[in-house]
Amino acid sequence: MEIQFDDNIKRARFPLLTWLTSRQAFWVSVAVILACIFLSFATNSFATSNNIFNVARNFTFVAIIALGMTIVIITGGIDLSVGSVLCLCSMILAVVMHAGYSIEIGIAASLGTALLIGLVNGVLIAYLGIPPFVVTLGMLSIARSLAMVASNNTVVFQFGPDHDKLLFLGGGAWLLGIANPVIYMLALTLLTGFLLHYTRFGRYVFAIGGNEHAAIVTGVPVRRTKVAVYMISALSAGIAGVIETGWLGAVTTNLGSGMELQVIAAAVIGGANLAGGIGTAFGALIGSALIEVIRNSLGLLGISAFWQGTFIGSFIIIAVTFDRLRNFRSSE
Amino acid sequence: MALLELINVSKHFGAIHALTDVSLSLEPGQVMGLMGDNGAGKSTLVKIIAGNFRPTHGTMQMEGQELSMHRPIEARRHGIEIVHQDLALCDNLSAAANVFLGRELRKGVGPFKILDYAAMYRRAGQIFAELRSETRPRDLVRQMSGGQRQAVAIARTRIGDAKIVLMDEPTAAISVRQVAEVLNLIRQLRDRGIAIVFISHRMPDVFSIADRVVVLRRGRKVADKDVAASSPEEVTGLITGAIEYA
Repeated sequence: MEIQFDDNIKRARFPLLTWLTSRQAFWVSVAVILACIFLSFATNSFATSNNIFNVARNFTFVAIIALGMTIVIITGGIDLSVGSVLCLCSMILAVVMHAGYSIEIGIAASLGTALLIGLVNGVLIAYLGIPPFVVTLGMLSIARSLAMVASNNTVVFQFGPDHDKLLFLGGGAWLLGIANPVIYMLALTLLTGFLLHYTRFGRYVFAIGGNEHAAIVTGVPVRRTKVAVYMISALSAGIAGVIETGWLGAVTTNLGSGMELQVIAAAVIGGANLAGGIGTAFGALIGSALIEVIRNSLGLLGISAFWQGTFIGSFIIIAVTFDRLRNFRSSE
Repeated sequence: MALLELINVSKHFGAIHALTDVSLSLEPGQVMGLMGDNGAGKSTLVKIIAGNFRPTHGTMQMEGQELSMHRPIEARRHGIEIVHQDLALCDNLSAAANVFLGRELRKGVGPFKILDYAAMYRRAGQIFAELRSETRPRDLVRQMSGGQRQAVAIARTRIGDAKIVLMDEPTAAISVRQVAEVLNLIRQLRDRGIAIVFISHRMPDVFSIADRVVVLRRGRKVADKDVAASSPEEVTGLITGAIEYA
């Protein structure tokens, strides 16, 4: 008790403020809010309920996968296969439902596929020691190819008897006019935050990223945890795939191509450190939001969409540089 | 009765005889300095006690019971804790999180258990107080001095109520002041009746903390005597081989 009392005295005078300003996600949130304020004044069309609805919904798919990606990145890994896994899971859902099965069976098949792919990734990485970059790069190619095989490379837009249920799942808004995907995203963010900070699993995820050797010698089940982490990542891609299918109302085999880079960008902008050991669920959310706000605002401001990559790329570099500068200062 | 007893332990790796016929006994509350040149078999011996290796010949007994371990983590169950040379700490976690790593306290019902932060902070704080360390449970290990990091690594051994603590070169890479801190931490453990195996190259540290010194040379035990009855000169001679046996 003495120690805790002492602790409080020695803390900074404004502990909450100190804590906040030390978080990258906080600064990114500030950037998002400033951008929104600026856009509300600079354009007539940003602050309309229609546009806000769109912006909020558009980044949910990236954000949901970024949650899974953040967990992977905290362990010091990477998952390049998520875009292809999203496509494959969407396609499995579409093909199964198109064949006349119910939405429950379709979702079960789709998420089951995701878990299986995550299991394969995880086992190859954790038990055979193959670098995650290589394994998931291979899976990126395999999953997209399987999506083409499953659909014979056609567009699927009819989902059998439960067609309307699926469209409502992804495109509806049953609560206070908030788009369904946004609700799922918020729920999954809370779940991920809980998992990372209140469960032993979450503790192990951080320990593995901080010092894998230390985790091994202290008896942390490193291999099992890593397998679970890649399964969660694939599952998040599968969930995003199911929701996106319902929203788009059609699945093509180029769905989610290049998405892994957006997802990794979102996680990194949100404060996940590619070296491992650092990252938050809220960061994944706010990083994805920033990317979408940039994308949306360029359109509204009449700037050519060709500039999008430049802005997003710059933000990745700025976010990481910012983090680096702060660490320099604190180590001095 | 001895706490830990090694009886004619040998370890061979193919044709290499890393340890030959080593017998040792360790009493509660005793600090044993384990010395020897590189390749003398110190780390092999420690790894046998820690459960990393099984001896090729010979047996180990813990409080009179036969001791046989298949995985390093089993050593913990027998009350043997290791402080690794690199300390095995996660820089990104708090002191308390590191202390409880792999043995987190949880609360809840059935399969729904969450980490019990309050209990872990409280217990870690108590342990640091016992060790007379100023380390604070909530601080990140990244921001800590070498002495505080040692305290975190040593505090780990108090979670499982260790009877024996193996310390691999704990004073090798730290400043003079921090060495004093670490030696104090070791005294705190010893005063609680914990037996300590202290592996070191540093003669002054061994002579200031150890009750007994054991010297290995080429896999054989060449000395096992009270520190008071020996001298740094003699131990140096034993390590290098200038003195055959003592």
